[in-house]
Amino acid sequence: MPDSVRSFIGEFVQQQRMKYKISNLQELEAEAIHIIREVAAEFENPVMLYSIGKDSSVMVRLAEKAFAPGKVPFPLMHIDSKWKFKEMIEFRDRYAKEKNWDLIVHYNKKGFEEGIGPFTHGSKVHTDIMKTQALLEGLNKYQFDAAFGGARRDEEKSRAKERIYSFRDKYHRWDPKNQRPELWDIYNAMVHKGESIRVFPISNWTELDIWQYIRLENIPIVPLYFAKRRPVVEIDGNLILVDDDRMPEKYRKQAKMRMVRFRTLGCYPLTGAVESSADTVEKIVEEMMTATHSERTTRVIDFDGEASMEQKKREGYF
Amino acid sequence: MDIKHFLDKDQEKDLLRLLTAGSVDDGKSTLIGRLLFDSKKLYEDQLASLERDSKREGHAGEEIDYALLLDGLKAEREQGITIDVAYRYFSTNKRKFIIADTPGHEQYTRNMITGGSTANLAILLADARKGIITQTKRHTFLVSLLGIKHVVLAINKMDLVDFSQEVFENIRKDYIDFTTQLDIPDITFIPVSALKGDNVVDISPNMPWYHGKSLLEFLETVHIASDRNFEDLRFPVQYVIRPSLDYRGFAGKIASGILRKGDEVMTLPSRKTSRVKSILGAQGEVDEVFPPLSCSITLEDEIDISRGEMIVHPNNLPKVERHFEAMLVWMDETEMDPYAPYYLKHNTHTTKARIDQISYKVNVNSMEKEECNLLKLNEIGRITLTTSDVLIFDPYRKNRHTGAFILIHTITHNTVAVGMIIDKLGSQELPYRISEHEKQHIANYGSLIRIGEREKRYGQKGVTLWITGLHGSGKNQLAYALEKELFKMGKNVLVLDGKSMGKGFARELDLSPTERNKYLKQIARVSRFLNEQGILTICSFVSPEEEIRRQLKEIINEESENRFLTIHMNAGLDYCKAHDQYGLYEKAEKGEIFHMVGIDEKFEAPQNPDIRIEEGDETALEKVLNILNERKIIFD
Repeated sequence: MPDSVRSFIGEFVQQQRMKYKISNLQELEAEAIHIIREVAAEFENPVMLYSIGKDSSVMVRLAEKAFAPGKVPFPLMHIDSKWKFKEMIEFRDRYAKEKNWDLIVHYNKKGFEEGIGPFTHGSKVHTDIMKTQALLEGLNKYQFDAAFGGARRDEEKSRAKERIYSFRDKYHRWDPKNQRPELWDIYNAMVHKGESIRVFPISNWTELDIWQYIRLENIPIVPLYFAKRRPVVEIDGNLILVDDDRMPEKYRKQAKMRMVRFRTLGCYPLTGAVESSADTVEKIVEEMMTATHSERTTRVIDFDGEASMEQKKREGYF
Repeated sequence: MDIKHFLDKDQEKDLLRLLTAGSVDDGKSTLIGRLLFDSKKLYEDQLASLERDSKREGHAGEEIDYALLLDGLKAEREQGITIDVAYRYFSTNKRKFIIADTPGHEQYTRNMITGGSTANLAILLADARKGIITQTKRHTFLVSLLGIKHVVLAINKMDLVDFSQEVFENIRKDYIDFTTQLDIPDITFIPVSALKGDNVVDISPNMPWYHGKSLLEFLETVHIASDRNFEDLRFPVQYVIRPSLDYRGFAGKIASGILRKGDEVMTLPSRKTSRVKSILGAQGEVDEVFPPLSCSITLEDEIDISRGEMIVHPNNLPKVERHFEAMLVWMDETEMDPYAPYYLKHNTHTTKARIDQISYKVNVNSMEKEECNLLKLNEIGRITLTTSDVLIFDPYRKNRHTGAFILIHTITHNTVAVGMIIDKLGSQELPYRISEHEKQHIANYGSLIRIGEREKRYGQKGVTLWITGLHGSGKNQLAYALEKELFKMGKNVLVLDGKSMGKGFARELDLSPTERNKYLKQIARVSRFLNEQGILTICSFVSPEEEIRRQLKEIINEESENRFLTIHMNAGLDYCKAHDQYGLYEKAEKGEIFHMVGIDEKFEAPQNPDIRIEEGDETALEKVLNILNERKIIFD
């Protein structure tokens, strides 16, 4: 074969390779869409748990893409602990309306009426009653047999082993020793009545992937992620936002305006802010890449005890 | 480099999924920990928490125990071993990586199979002091079974053999000898010390004789794009998107091949053809899609395609069969029941499967084939299967996506086994548990027991005795007397009447004529089904119209044979009123109930009943039995 022909072929092959090269994000996106469609096709009554956070926002965007130009064929459900940041709720209601989502908001009515909250009952009791219990209540009320969650495997050690389809018994319990083997992209959707599957379509995404996708897709996120001067109090080394009057007076009076943002969003008394000047997605990523704390450290509930997340998972929390 | 530039570059990186396997002592966790650590993707506080954990539970003395980075579950941490697949993520300037970290114990083969199913590449570890041991061979076999094309044999603990080239070369030679019998196209050998970091990220000065790349550099540069199959278009339809009447989108993920706008395509198994009108990718309308992208396509023609079907190019067809061979890995604690059916999920299609034969199981330690009757947890065997629906597949060697399936237990719903299809033998050459003739029969008729066989055993023909007549004419008395008598004679008989069917079906009375006729037809269908099982049925219903009785007869009768006998209870209205145990005629006359035959509706007497019983006839039972004998409906 003459060299010219060989080089021509070589070039052609190279071009072809480039043409069908696929980026990390394209691959993750295709995988997530496939998982979301698979659940919609095989389960009778799926729901997407929407936490209002950035990961949830990405997951909802993926669901919209999966069924375009049609509508997402299942509802979203937000478990409201009644202690979320006000801006989160505003954001949720604005986008649910704008995007015409079928949104269910569920909260633990009994806990709310009894005035359960982190300041009075501690983070453990509050989380158990207003988050874990409320979630189980919501799932039972509507008899969902599959619930999408926006958890990622790189978030936390115990999640590294989580399946994409995570099987839960009829009490919503997760047994780490009794998870179904998961191969290729073939997911086992068979459940008996009462049993369910938690589905994590963005399992394989890293935090950087999430930010990158938000940037590329212009996905709206709660403004709390961006740095702004906000009134905060330092409680046990965490910067807590004064979001409403339910914060005890002794803390409130210490509040100072500081330039802060939030890496994760949850219940305002349990979510610490970080001092930051990052007010764009790019700046957030820059800060993240040079950060000295991984994202979950600002979530106070993690400090409850050794392997705490795992305990919560066994009890039914995500 | 500014952040925008960083993000733009980052966005172009591709993804490499890799599998690591090795035993607890091989230093696998240490190696991964170092890859993560040295590629500087560990945040400081994770390290801080690591140092804290290390003091409490670590096994590595003074040094940081990298393995602790990887263990998540508490029970495992207490045992000091990893027992499941764990996924790790890291990224370099060139690529993103997902590591499926799996343990090396024999009892956890299933986890390695799980972790390896999506991997492009496998890193296997060998201890330089021990060389190629049984476990290395076992892992290599599994990697080859899964069709992973690239293998790195990391020969670890080189520091403990004085970085000896001879040791490295001997192990390399042994491994090449062993792998010639397996199908792994690309094998790379790298001498490393995970603990000290030699050749993990940077080339080690301790092994100047090694001229290859460091492990990380190799991972960053190994070419994987051409591992995808761009030749054979396979698009399993996953979901049909129908937001309006003018859009019918067939959604799914491209398993292999390239799908272009305007392509002529065929759907299987229905073999309908059309052209691709539009392709909607995740980023909007596109002209072509390729694996592994998800998309939704529309076709020029309005053809009905549902989930489970596959769209292909008509000149490049996969196999469409119900009978095939596969390598099966048993994944469940409960052993295989070779006589039980299992659900089989393949692409987007779930059907039932049965096991026809197990040719052999593979001893993963010796690679020998052994005879066996069933598979147990972690056993791998070559089996022949038959499914109830056709599968649209390619052999796994040729196509990882269309050649793989899982088996699901029909009761526990656990994933009990995973399979990789082999197509060395044609469907006709494969063994069946039942004969070819029987297979055809099942396909066409279902049960292998013929109606004649049942009738012979029961000493009766499966017919319907349809008793018609006014309410109070004695239908039910005759029906139940007949049932009891036939039962005493050892016959298999059932009465269907308003009472017995009442629970599941509407009652015949108080129905409008249209509703009533619908109901009677339902009864006739049930009766026909029972007759087909050789069971004699006695149906007792007013059924007042000649036309409906003709229709019932049509439902019950087979083309050639008459299985429908009409018995007419020919009683006058006065007789019936006198024998009305429920006072229905009275109610009807008062206008309390409607559609009462004999009052506000007419009874059409059958023109030619098979048997006519006059009002009050004491010998009715005898008459019917005589006719049944005469017509050889009952016999000994």
